[in-house]
Amino acid sequence: MMRLYGSFRGTLVVASIAVLFTLLAPSIFQFFTIITLTQVIGLSILALSLALVWGFGGVLCFGQSAFFGIGAYAYSVAAVNIGGSTGAILIAMLAAATFATLLGYFVFYGKLSDVYLAVITLTVSLILYSLMRRTSGPEYKIGSALLGGFNGTGSPPLNVPGNSEAMLFPLQTFYVSMGALILAYVFAGWLVTTKFGRVCVSIRENELRTSLLGYDTRLYKLGIFAVSAGIAGLGGVFFCVGVTRVTPDVFSLGQSALAIIWVIVGGRGTLIGPILATFVLYFLTASLGSQQLMNTNLVLGGILVIFVLLVPSGVIPSIAKWFDLRRVKKFSKLKERRLKMRKHRSVG
Amino acid sequence: MDLYFSLLLQIIYGVANLALISLGLAIVFGMMRVINLAHGEFLMLGGYTVVVATNNGINIWFSILILAPLVVGLIGLIVERCLIQWLYGRMIDTLLATWGLSLLFIGIITSIFGASTSTVISPPLGTITIGDYTSSGYELFLIFVVIVLLLFVFLTLKFTALGLVARATMQNSDMASCLGISTSKIYMITFSLGAAVSGLAGGLLAPLTGVLPNIGAIYIGKAFITVISGGSAILAGTTSASILLGSVNGVMSYVTGPTFGEVALLFTAIILLRLMPTGITGRFFRKSQ
Repeated sequence: MMRLYGSFRGTLVVASIAVLFTLLAPSIFQFFTIITLTQVIGLSILALSLALVWGFGGVLCFGQSAFFGIGAYAYSVAAVNIGGSTGAILIAMLAAATFATLLGYFVFYGKLSDVYLAVITLTVSLILYSLMRRTSGPEYKIGSALLGGFNGTGSPPLNVPGNSEAMLFPLQTFYVSMGALILAYVFAGWLVTTKFGRVCVSIRENELRTSLLGYDTRLYKLGIFAVSAGIAGLGGVFFCVGVTRVTPDVFSLGQSALAIIWVIVGGRGTLIGPILATFVLYFLTASLGSQQLMNTNLVLGGILVIFVLLVPSGVIPSIAKWFDLRRVKKFSKLKERRLKMRKHRSVG
Repeated sequence: MDLYFSLLLQIIYGVANLALISLGLAIVFGMMRVINLAHGEFLMLGGYTVVVATNNGINIWFSILILAPLVVGLIGLIVERCLIQWLYGRMIDTLLATWGLSLLFIGIITSIFGASTSTVISPPLGTITIGDYTSSGYELFLIFVVIVLLLFVFLTLKFTALGLVARATMQNSDMASCLGISTSKIYMITFSLGAAVSGLAGGLLAPLTGVLPNIGAIYIGKAFITVISGGSAILAGTTSASILLGSVNGVMSYVTGPTFGEVALLFTAIILLRLMPTGITGRFFRKSQ
């Protein structure tokens, strides 16, 4: 029997392992890897947000990177204008969630089918890409932040809340971003065990039946869509802080594809799977890219096709299923033995 | 007066361009309800066919009009047999698999030809002048080709045996297969034809835009939006959506510069889909093809 949603206790166990990892990381990895990790954490928050909206809400959002990019741009613009990062992070999450709510209203209340939704979200992301690429020139600016067109705009580093002079060091930034990832993970893990989350899961399983039970499925879908967009915006913040600038490439087709690939590989219906997949695939493609042996697109495309055809449920659910099967087998063996014993006794 | 005429011509060209890049996708979507995310890469492959062929001394008209559709049609056939046919009825998996395919194509072409293009073929045909304004002769030729292409698809669907069978499959594939039509074969033919049309479109656009491995991304957003707004009828849908969205894009591009043209296009499409979730042909011209 496959569980429809994870247990909150499992989430906490994973979160405490992650805390342990955070504390040990500086003594295991080189300093350079720690700096890279901040970007990857940003990306894995994106993967988490897609895992939430697709794996649990059943909303097939192909353009999750649109919200990720909006978060990154909103953070950069806001941090330059207000001169501090704490408020800018909130603005980034709000901007992404607001945009998602507006878009979601048209999409969910129009009752568009899954495929239409996928294509529309992807198109939104692509059009943002071509829009942001055309914003080079001094006339395109918000406050004192130039949007910078193709080259993008610089993202200020994080600072101590309330004191915009005290910038965080790379190691501290790593701690903060890891903390944000763990918080987002625990929040998402908690959300799917609440009533709201359960209704979302039931919409994923059978939308018609859920609406016949009296739930306004449009509203629930809109809700989980907006929440996940906010989380994606948070991912965008840490990504652009890690890279120190944000370019229109966050909206590109490749970025959207990456998010989908992480979730497919990690598995729909889990939250930790896509996060782990992000880390593994990021370092895999980075090492492949540095060796110049194979084109990254080629590898990612191959992975996507192979997973869709052969491992459609993803790595983590497949492993979980295998364990379940083994447990069931063991259990049935025990039962068989007990029955045999009983028979033996009754005969004897 | 000349200004308005030239502007009108630009808008008509925009509409034709939109119809051209969406038709291949619309054929596949209308027939099989499959959204082919590798559509942009089919266009790109058409472009590369033309560039490679002309560099090897083959006549440019021959390579655009014959070679590009032929090569990409064959690629479409292979893709359908190896990948798509296993995924019928699994729409989301089809989307994902074709997306993987699109990345694969980009990767393969980048490995072979490099990330940038070295040769640009200049558009054949000169310019024509309307009063004070000049217009490219090749753009007029494109408009002409699109009209011919739409007519060709219409005549094929309406008056040939293949068209009749295809329409039957489109309306009710279960019933069609009960009547002894091999729907799998029809799907195979449709997918390759759709790919061939995309290849032709890519070949036709190559002299205007040049070719790059990731040039497909420029087209697919607009193509998806056009097809979805049009709805399931192949011809009526593509034509009506192209006219509406192409005009919006053209007018907005003229008023604000190219920056907001595409945004206006997307915005119109999203409002349109809120009002008519099944597209224009889901609401109007329901009996059309």
